[in-house]
Amino acid sequence: MGEPDDSGRFGRFGGRFVPETLVPACQELEQGFREAWSDDSFRREFEDLLQNYAGRPSPMTECSNLSNELGVRILLKREDLNHTGSHKINNVLGQTLLAKRMGKNRIVAETGAGQHGVATATAAAYFGQECVVYMGEVDVRRQALNVYRMELLGAEVRTAMSGSRTLKDAVNEAMRDWVASVESSYYCLGSVMGPHPYPWMVREFHRVLGEEALAQSKTMLNGDVPDVVVACVGGGSNAIGIFSGFVDTRSELVGVEPAGGAAVGRAVPGVVHGSLSYLMQDEFGQVNEAQSVSAGLDYPGVGPEHSHLADIGRARYEAVTDRQVLDAFSLLSRSEGIIPALEPSHALAWVVRCKAELQGKTVLINLSGRGDKDVAQVQAIQAGDPLALETVDFSTELEGS
Amino acid sequence: MADGTLEKHLRERRDAGRKLLVPYITAGYPKDNWTRLVEGMAGAGADAIEIGIPFSDPVMDGPTIQESSTRALADGITPGLAFDGVSRLDIDVPLVAMTYYNICFRMGHERFAQSLKKAGFAAAILPDLPLEEAGEWAEVADVEGIETVMLAAPTASDERLPLVVERARGFVYGVGLVGITGERNELAASALKMASRLKAITDKPVLIGVGVSTPEQAAQLAEVADGVIVGSAVIRQILDTGSIDAAIDFVGSLRRGLDGD
Repeated sequence: MGEPDDSGRFGRFGGRFVPETLVPACQELEQGFREAWSDDSFRREFEDLLQNYAGRPSPMTECSNLSNELGVRILLKREDLNHTGSHKINNVLGQTLLAKRMGKNRIVAETGAGQHGVATATAAAYFGQECVVYMGEVDVRRQALNVYRMELLGAEVRTAMSGSRTLKDAVNEAMRDWVASVESSYYCLGSVMGPHPYPWMVREFHRVLGEEALAQSKTMLNGDVPDVVVACVGGGSNAIGIFSGFVDTRSELVGVEPAGGAAVGRAVPGVVHGSLSYLMQDEFGQVNEAQSVSAGLDYPGVGPEHSHLADIGRARYEAVTDRQVLDAFSLLSRSEGIIPALEPSHALAWVVRCKAELQGKTVLINLSGRGDKDVAQVQAIQAGDPLALETVDFSTELEGS
Repeated sequence: MADGTLEKHLRERRDAGRKLLVPYITAGYPKDNWTRLVEGMAGAGADAIEIGIPFSDPVMDGPTIQESSTRALADGITPGLAFDGVSRLDIDVPLVAMTYYNICFRMGHERFAQSLKKAGFAAAILPDLPLEEAGEWAEVADVEGIETVMLAAPTASDERLPLVVERARGFVYGVGLVGITGERNELAASALKMASRLKAITDKPVLIGVGVSTPEQAAQLAEVADGVIVGSAVIRQILDTGSIDAAIDFVGSLRRGLDGD
C-alpha cells in the first residue's frame, strides 16, 4: 500500500474537506508526520513503545476447536492481548509521540466504544499530556466502564449530546474543539478516516500488525499465506492494518461491516469528517445514523482507502447482522476460551455464515479487541433488559443468512 | 459567467460610505415563517442575507446554529424546500446560500449551482470546502453565475491569505476568531486583526463573521472591515423569544450600530 497522491487521495477517495481554519494544521501535521516517519530515532522510539509498553508483537493463535467445528482452519491475530485491549494502542502511541515531537501538549480525541478513548487517555498519561475525549451520550451509557477507565487515567470525558449521540457526533464535537484550539491542541483521530494525512498516517501506525501477521502466517503455514484475511470495518483501522500485510499476496481480503452501518456495502460516495468516501446518507446528502450492537462500528462512513480497495476490487466488503454477531461472540468464548470484542465478532460472524464456501480453507481473522468491555452489555441483552435491547437490531435479516 | 451581482452590489454600497450588514438565518427555522424573517431582515437594513441550508453534521457551527438546523431538519426542511421558499421571496437584497459540501456534492455541482441560481441566490458559502478542494465546484459556479464566497481564517499564513482572497467571489468572509460560530461576550482581537490583514491585500468587500454578537461589536469591527456577518446572535433571539420579530428588531439594532445612530 502506497502513499495517497498530493491531494491526499487513494484513487478517487480521500482529500481534505475541512474548514479553512484547519487547513494549515493539516498541512503542518502532514509535514510533521513525514519528517518523523523518515527519522530513525522516531521510528526506534515508536518501536520501543510498541514492544515494551504495548506488549507487541501480539501472538497468532490457531483455533483447533473452532476449526474442527466449522471445517475452516481459523487463525486469530491477537490484538486483544495488547495493552488497553485492542489494536488502537498502535495508532495512539504513534500519534501522541508525534504530538510530543510537534510540541502540542493537549490531546483531543473522539471515541465510540471507548477503546480509542482509553488508549488515548493511556498514552496521554504516559507522556504527561492533557487529554479530552468526546463520546456520544448513547455510548457513554452503554460503555460506562470505559468512561470510568478514561477518567481514572486522568482524561476528561465530554459527552456529545448532538445528533445520534454516537461516534459520528463525537467526531463532530472533537473537530469543533480542534477548530477552536488548533494552535495548542493535537487531534488524535482514532481511525483511518478524516482529512489527509490521517487516513494514511493512521494506516502507517497500524502497519506493524499486518507485517507481524504476515511473518507469523508464513511461519505457521510453511511459507504460505492464508486464503482469506478478514477484519471488521467501522472506520476501518484494524482492517487496513492487517490488509497492509497481505495486499501484495494472494490472500483474499474481506472487510465485514455491520448491516446497520454498511457504508461500502451501499456504495454511495459522500463527504463528511474531512474526506470523500462511501457514506451512509439520504437522497439529499444528510448523513444517516448507523445502527450496530457494537459501539465501535456504529459509524456511517468508512476510511477512504477502503472505498478505494473496494473500487479496484482488491478487497470485498460484506455485512452481518447483530444477531449473527452475538452468536459469534458466544461461539468463540465457548470454543476457544477467548472472549472477543463485539467488533471483531463481526469478522467471525461472516466466517461462520460463509463456512460452506470456506470449507478446507485457511482464514486469518484479525481479533482486534477483547470483549471485557462488552460482557455487561451482552449479558443485559440476553436478559432482555429494555435499555440494552435498544442497542441491538434483531429484525434485520440478510439474504443467505 | 458570474455577473458578480453580489460583489457589485456590496461594492456600490461600500463605496457610498455604508457599512455592510449580512445577517444569517437557517432555512426552515422557524418552520412557518422563516421566509417572512428573511423579508423582515431585508426591511431592517440588511445589505445581503445568508441563508443556511441545514446539514446533519455542521462541524463549523456552534450550539446555537446547530439547534436551529436540528429543529429545521426535524420539521422536514430539504434543499428543495429551501430553494422553493427562497424563490418566492419578494426582496431586493442579494442572497447567499450557506451549506456543507456534501449537500452540493450529493446533488451534483451543476445541478446544485443551477438550483441556487433558479431559486434566486447570488452566491454560495461552503465552509468545509477549502481552497485546495474548491476548484472543481468554483469553476462550475462561475459558469452558472453563482459567486463562491471563500472563508479566510486567522490561522492562514501571509502566503496563503492572498490565494484564498484571489479565489473569493462576492466578498471575502474573514473568520473573526479561531473557533466555530457562536455568540461571544467580547469581540476577539483576532477579528480586528483579520480585518486589517484582509483590507491590506484586497479591494474586494471584506466582511467579518463568527463571534460577532452585538451592535457595539459590529460597529467596532466595521471601523476596519467593510462589514459584518451575524448569525448565532440573530438565531439566539428566536430561540429565546420564539418569535421572529425579536430577530428583525435585532437586525435593526445592528444596522443602527453600524450607521452610528
